[in-house]
Amino acid sequence: MTVDNLLQKISERFGDRILASDARSAKRLYVDIYPKDIVDIARYLFKELGLRFNIASGVDDFDGIEILYHFSYDPSGVIVTVRAILKDKDNPHIDTITTVTRSAWWIEREIHELFGVEFDGSEDTRPLLLPDDWPKGVWPLRKNFVVPKRDSRKS
Amino acid sequence: MGLKENILTRSIYVFHLSSGSCNNCDIEILDCLTPRFDLERFGIVLVGSIKHADVLLCTGSANKMTVPVIKRLYEQMPKPGFVIAYGACGSSRGLFKDSYNTGAPLDEIIPVDAYIPGCPPKPEATIGALVKLIGKIKAKKGAK
Amino acid sequence: MSDRATIPIGPYHPLQEEPEFWKLIVEGEKVVDVDVRIGYNHRGIEKLSESKSFDQSIFLVERICGICSSSHPIACCEAIEDICGIEVPERARFIRTITQELERIHSHLLWIGLAGHFLGYNTVFMWSWKYREPICDIMETVTGNRQNYAMHKVGGVRRDIEREHVSYILTRLDEFLKQTDMLKGAVLDDPVLHARLKGIGVLTREAAIDYSALGPTARASDVDIDVRRDHPYAAYDRVKFNVITQKEGDVFAKAVVRILELYESASIIRQCLDKMQEGPIDSKPKDIPPGEGIGVAEAPRGEVFHYVKSDGTNSPVRHKIRAPTYMNFPTFRETVIGETVSDATIIMAAIDPCYCCTERMVVVDGSNKELLKAQDLIRLSQEKTKKIRDKFGIK
Repeated sequence: MTVDNLLQKISERFGDRILASDARSAKRLYVDIYPKDIVDIARYLFKELGLRFNIASGVDDFDGIEILYHFSYDPSGVIVTVRAILKDKDNPHIDTITTVTRSAWWIEREIHELFGVEFDGSEDTRPLLLPDDWPKGVWPLRKNFVVPKRDSRKS
Repeated sequence: MGLKENILTRSIYVFHLSSGSCNNCDIEILDCLTPRFDLERFGIVLVGSIKHADVLLCTGSANKMTVPVIKRLYEQMPKPGFVIAYGACGSSRGLFKDSYNTGAPLDEIIPVDAYIPGCPPKPEATIGALVKLIGKIKAKKGAK
Repeated sequence: MSDRATIPIGPYHPLQEEPEFWKLIVEGEKVVDVDVRIGYNHRGIEKLSESKSFDQSIFLVERICGICSSSHPIACCEAIEDICGIEVPERARFIRTITQELERIHSHLLWIGLAGHFLGYNTVFMWSWKYREPICDIMETVTGNRQNYAMHKVGGVRRDIEREHVSYILTRLDEFLKQTDMLKGAVLDDPVLHARLKGIGVLTREAAIDYSALGPTARASDVDIDVRRDHPYAAYDRVKFNVITQKEGDVFAKAVVRILELYESASIIRQCLDKMQEGPIDSKPKDIPPGEGIGVAEAPRGEVFHYVKSDGTNSPVRHKIRAPTYMNFPTFRETVIGETVSDATIIMAAIDPCYCCTERMVVVDGSNKELLKAQDLIRLSQEKTKKIRDKFGIK
């Protein structure tokens, strides 16, 4: 399936649940959705179309916390990125997709501790990377977390 | 000239610790033991337990989770012991000094006796450094 | 009620000692559950990248992992090039491919050595690391360093391969192939290794797909994916090569995939050196406009994924990095449950975790008391091999 085929299939299935779409090149497709639809679209891409879940990434932007889910269609080398914007930065939450694929297990833990996003329905929300004594409510990858530059000979 | 410096002029038991490194340094250290460089012919042996070690060879930029480990291992090392900071990360945290998860440089956590800079230091640099160190200590001995 | 105990499996690297990470819960000799806690290598690279310029982040990502020192920069460059469609000159594409394949060879040899050590074949360890040296020499000749090559930049490569180096590379590759034949025979035809590794740590095809496993870990479970063929980058669409897969999904299958890939890599390097024409090696891009881009590369362990978002300034707004071991590691849970403790180290090793992604495994008892350390587990693994050798009557 080419990028246009994929876009067509997704549009036919989800209609106006797709907020926006952008076939940016022959190998890259970006699709914007409502956060509440993520499990359905993930299930469609992963189980029905057979795409591989690549990874998810969070971005702290002006509009909110963007979560991007990257899926790969290996037979034709296309990467489909599904974007969900969580507008409430004080309480960002979205459904877990670990019910669709176990490969999202670790990345949801990571986004939870680095951005403060809650994954509803997730069975495992323990920290993955940060030390146990890391202060609660401090999320390193948010833009308001600034690391001061250090003199290389002093800590 | 103390016992501490003396040990380096005989057979040396080295304990290798990685405190959050990219492992390039660790591979280069292991490389020194392979047939091409063969550090073992100088009597340098890597040991599996800190309790048998004369030298603590530390790579990596000491990220916050490993700081208590480094301190604990240093305390368990039988004294007199010697600490070598290996690589750019060991010496000064290298590229990672401005990260939120790297704490202090190694020499502010435990006393460091020698530095081997490089990213990673080549096996030739490691051998050169050890030979230089041994030479310096012997010269000090001779001057007394 | 059977005695449940948690056993600390020490570090993957036999000579390191670091705190617990993987907890194996055992009943008697069998592993019944696995828990994981990482973070000992977390250096906050993604956040650091936001305070560096695009050029500087290439140097930063090289040091994510020592062995994927070419894959991460290539994927990062591609992500930035993807933002605005920067074209990479032909010659630079071939040079990128050559450094990638050299890295693959030296990484697989390293793996063979370590796997040999865990099984008690210390000769294999010394042998394969000795044969790694000529590859490191080629790297040093071509790039100036044995590791951390600083070879790649956005829009091309930093250094060219001189004409006089080509015959040097070809000669060493020939020597390397002879040695690989010996290694292949010694490893793949050894009945002890068949008995030791076949049927151990099986990852089914369904599990490999569900966990989105990558690289040789997936290909050994009959999942036919390879970034070089599926998402061609550098010069991979200009050369011919086979994607090696196996059906069994056990540790032996993973070893076969890696050993056979060595031959493919040598063939790709030859083809590149043959097809490379004179020409520019850098398209010298100036500014990176606002946008987002994705770059992927096939590291020795699997697909490396980089996502870069730019706002028109000189630094990335966001830089997401995903190493292959991040996806492969959770499959360890799948493959080790039901196996014995003496096989745990080799099952872990079969995923070929990047040390810096690996850290360590720990097994503690119900009261968190350490039962076995790393060295103990490696010793158990080596003893099991010895028992099999004795059974075959081999000294």
